[in-house]
Amino acid sequence: MNSRFTSLYVTGGLFMLLFLIGSLQFDHFGSTRVLANLFTDNAFLAITAIGMTFVIISGGIDLSVGAVIALTGVACGVLIGEAGLHPLVVFPLVLIGGGLFGATMGALIHYYKLQPFIVTLAGMFLARGLATILSDKSVPIDHSFYDAVADFGTFLPGDAWVGASTLILALVVAGAVVLAHYSRLGGYIYALGGNAQSARLMGVPVARTTISIYAISGFLSALAGIVYSFYTFSGYSLAAVGMELDAIAAVVIGGTLLTGGSGYVIGTLIGVLIMGIIQTYISFDGTLNSWWTKIVIGLLLFAFIAMQRLLTARGNRGMAHA
Amino acid sequence: MSLLNLSGIEKQYPGVKALDGVDFQLREGEIHALLGENGAGKSTLVKVMTGALEGDGGSMAYLDKPLKLKSTAQAQSVGISTVYQEVNLLPNLSVAQNLYLGREPKKFGLIDWKRIYRQSREVLKRFALDIDVTQPLSSYSVAIQQLVAIARGVDMSAKVLVLDEPTASLDAGEVEQLFDVLRELKSQGIGIVFITHFLDQVYAVSDRITVLRNGGLVGEFETAGLPREELVGHMLGKELQAQAHRAPERDDRAAGEPLLELDDVAVRGSLQPTSLTVKRGEAVGLAGLLGSGRSEVCRAVFGVDKKSSGALTFSGRERSFRKPAEAIEAGLALCPEDRKASGIVGPLSIRENIALAVQARRGWWRPMSRTEQQELAEKFIAELQIATPDADKPIEQLSGGNQQKVILARWLATNPELLVLDEPTRGVDIGAHAEILKLIKQLCGEGMSLLVTSSELEELVAFSDRVAVMRDRKKVAEIEGEEISENRIMQAIAEA
Repeated sequence: MNSRFTSLYVTGGLFMLLFLIGSLQFDHFGSTRVLANLFTDNAFLAITAIGMTFVIISGGIDLSVGAVIALTGVACGVLIGEAGLHPLVVFPLVLIGGGLFGATMGALIHYYKLQPFIVTLAGMFLARGLATILSDKSVPIDHSFYDAVADFGTFLPGDAWVGASTLILALVVAGAVVLAHYSRLGGYIYALGGNAQSARLMGVPVARTTISIYAISGFLSALAGIVYSFYTFSGYSLAAVGMELDAIAAVVIGGTLLTGGSGYVIGTLIGVLIMGIIQTYISFDGTLNSWWTKIVIGLLLFAFIAMQRLLTARGNRGMAHA
Repeated sequence: MSLLNLSGIEKQYPGVKALDGVDFQLREGEIHALLGENGAGKSTLVKVMTGALEGDGGSMAYLDKPLKLKSTAQAQSVGISTVYQEVNLLPNLSVAQNLYLGREPKKFGLIDWKRIYRQSREVLKRFALDIDVTQPLSSYSVAIQQLVAIARGVDMSAKVLVLDEPTASLDAGEVEQLFDVLRELKSQGIGIVFITHFLDQVYAVSDRITVLRNGGLVGEFETAGLPREELVGHMLGKELQAQAHRAPERDDRAAGEPLLELDDVAVRGSLQPTSLTVKRGEAVGLAGLLGSGRSEVCRAVFGVDKKSSGALTFSGRERSFRKPAEAIEAGLALCPEDRKASGIVGPLSIRENIALAVQARRGWWRPMSRTEQQELAEKFIAELQIATPDADKPIEQLSGGNQQKVILARWLATNPELLVLDEPTRGVDIGAHAEILKLIKQLCGEGMSLLVTSSELEELVAFSDRVAVMRDRKKVAEIEGEEISENRIMQAIAEA
C-alpha cells in the first residue's frame, strides 16, 4: 500500500462503513437513489470545497467562499429575476466576477504579504455586505431556463436522479484532477504548500500561482452559487452562512493537510459525501436532532486531525531512519 | 574560458556594507571554492550571482556577455543553478516532480508522467542513484536529497553550479560520493562554485580559491599554490608573523581547582568527543573557524544540545543538564552567539531584560518588585557603563555593543560561577569591544571562570589563560600560557 494515499483510503473506508451501517439499519438507505441524492444535495458544497482544497494545499485558507455564494445568488436573482436578463448572459458575468474577486484577494495576499486568513475574512464581510445591499430580502428567480435546468437529467436504475448539478460537479471534479496532477500550475500549488521559500528558489512563479489559487476558489464559489440557485430558485444574502467552515471541514476530512503540501481532490469529494451521509442518516432516523450532524462532524474532525498528526510524525521518523 | 565574471559588486544593507567592490571569476570546468568567515559576504555574493538578490553596484558577465539577473528563475533559465545548504527542494513532492517542477514534458497539453519517470531514472543514473522516483523526496536521506538537488540543477543544462555548503549535513562516505559527481561534472566543462567551511574539502576538490573578508575581496588563489596556514591567515585577516607576541600585561592568576570538566563529551551530529577543563578564575578561549564546533561546545555545556556520550563534571559533581534552566540553576550562564535571535527581548526595557535571568532562577511565582528590578538595572548600567538615559528604554533602541552589555548584565546578575560567552564581540563597535574585553579580564580577576569563543585571534590572545582550538567538530589542540599567540592558533587551525 502506498503510504501517500493512506489518508485517502481511510476517508474512503469511512464513507463505505457509514453507508453500510445506514443500509443495515434502514430500508431504502442502501440504494442508488440515496447515493445520487448525496451528489445532488451537496453539489454546491462539493464544488466550493474543491476550490478550498487547492487553497489549503497551497498552505492558505479562504473564508470568503460562503459569502461569495450568497453574493452570486443575489446577483443572479437581481439580474435574472428583476432585470430580466437571460441566465446565459448572467452566468459568465458572475463567474468572471467571482474569479476576479478571488484574484484580487490573492494579489493582496502575495504583494502585501498579508495573512490569507485576514484578507479572506475581509473578503467575506465585503461580499456578504454587497449581497445585502443588492437586496436584503430573498429574490425569487423565475425563468424558463431554470425550469429547463431543473428538468435536465436522467434517471439511473433504482430511481436515482442525475441532474444538472451532479453533471456540473462531475465536470468540476474532472477539471480539478487534471489541474492538480496534469498541469504545471497544479505542481506549483503543491510546491507552494510544501515550502514557499524553496518553491521560489526552484523558480516557481509565486505571484501568478497565489493569484490563480484564490481566483480558482472565487470562480468555483461563484459556480457553487449558481448551482445553489438551481436548488433554491432564489438568491438570498443570508444564504450559505458559515459554509466556508463546512468546506474546510470537508477538505480536512478528505485527508488534506491543513498545513499544506498534501491532499487530493477526490478526498475532498468523499469528505463532502461523508458529511452528507451523516445528515442523511440523521434524517432517516427521524428522532435525532439535526444538530447531531454538527457534533459528529466535530468529532470526525478531531479524529482526522489526530490521524494526520500521527501520519506526519511517522513520515518524519521514516525520513530520519532512511 | 570565463563562464561567469563579476566585477566590483556592491551591496548595502541598512547599516552594513555587505559587499564592497568584490570581483569573482569562474572558469569553464573548474571547481572554485569561495571562502570566508561569518559576515564575510559569501552568501550575499552567492545571492547576487544566482539572482536571489540584486547588487547595488558592479557588473556581471556570463559567457562574456553582460547579464542582469532579476530572479532565480531567470538565472536558472540561462544556466546558473544553485543548491543550498538546506536542501531547497520540496519534501512533499515525489523525487521525479522535484526534478522536473516547472519544466514537465507534456503530451496533448497534459503532463506526461511516464516520460518524467523514465527521464528521472536516467538522470539519476548519472549520479549513481537507483531509487524509486515516484516516492516523496522526504522518504530519502539528506545526502540523496542533496544529490537530487544537484541533479536538478545539472539537468536544467546548467553551465554554472553554485553549491552553498552542500556537505554540511553529509557523512564522509556521502561527501566522497558527492565529490565524485563534482569531478565528473567538472570534466564535462561545468563551472562549480563551492562554498564550505571544511578546509580539507577545499583542498580535496577545488582548483582555485577566492577569499572574502568583511565584505571585501582578499584575493584569488590557485589551491595547489596556497599553503593552509596562509589560507587561514587570509580568512582571519592575519598575516603570519615571524615571532610570537603575547599580551604583555598578564598577571599570573594562580588558577584554582577544576570547575568544569568535559570528558569526551559528544553531541550526535554536531560535536565529536571533546575533553576540556576550565579552572576556577580562568578564562579559556575557544578558537576555530566557523563551523568548527566552537559554538557547539558552548551549547553542549549549557544543556542546549543534549550530549550523546561522555561525562560533564561541574563544581565537583557529575552533571547532565537536560535543559538550560538546569545549567542556570547550577551556576552557569550563557551569552549566545546570535544576540538578536536568542538573547534580547527587543520591546522590553533594559530593566526587564536585565531582571529576566534572575527572575527565572527565582521562579516565576516569586516576582521581583519594581524597585528591586530598578536597583539591579541601575547597578549594572553604572558598572558596565551602558549608554542609556534610563533603565526603561526598550533594548532594541540600543547599539549592538550596549545590547551586548545588557545581556552580560542579565547573566552577571545571577552571580554565575561559569560564564559562557559565544562570540561576545560580534557586531559590536570598537569602543564597546574594548570595554567588553576589559570586563572579561576584570571578571576573571574576581574569581569567575569564563569560556569564550571568538573568531578574533587577537582577542583570544588578549584574555585567554588557555586556548582550545577546534576543527572539524572536535578539539585539535590546546595552547597554554606563554605559548598563546596568533601564529600558534592559526597553525593549529590550519594543520592538516
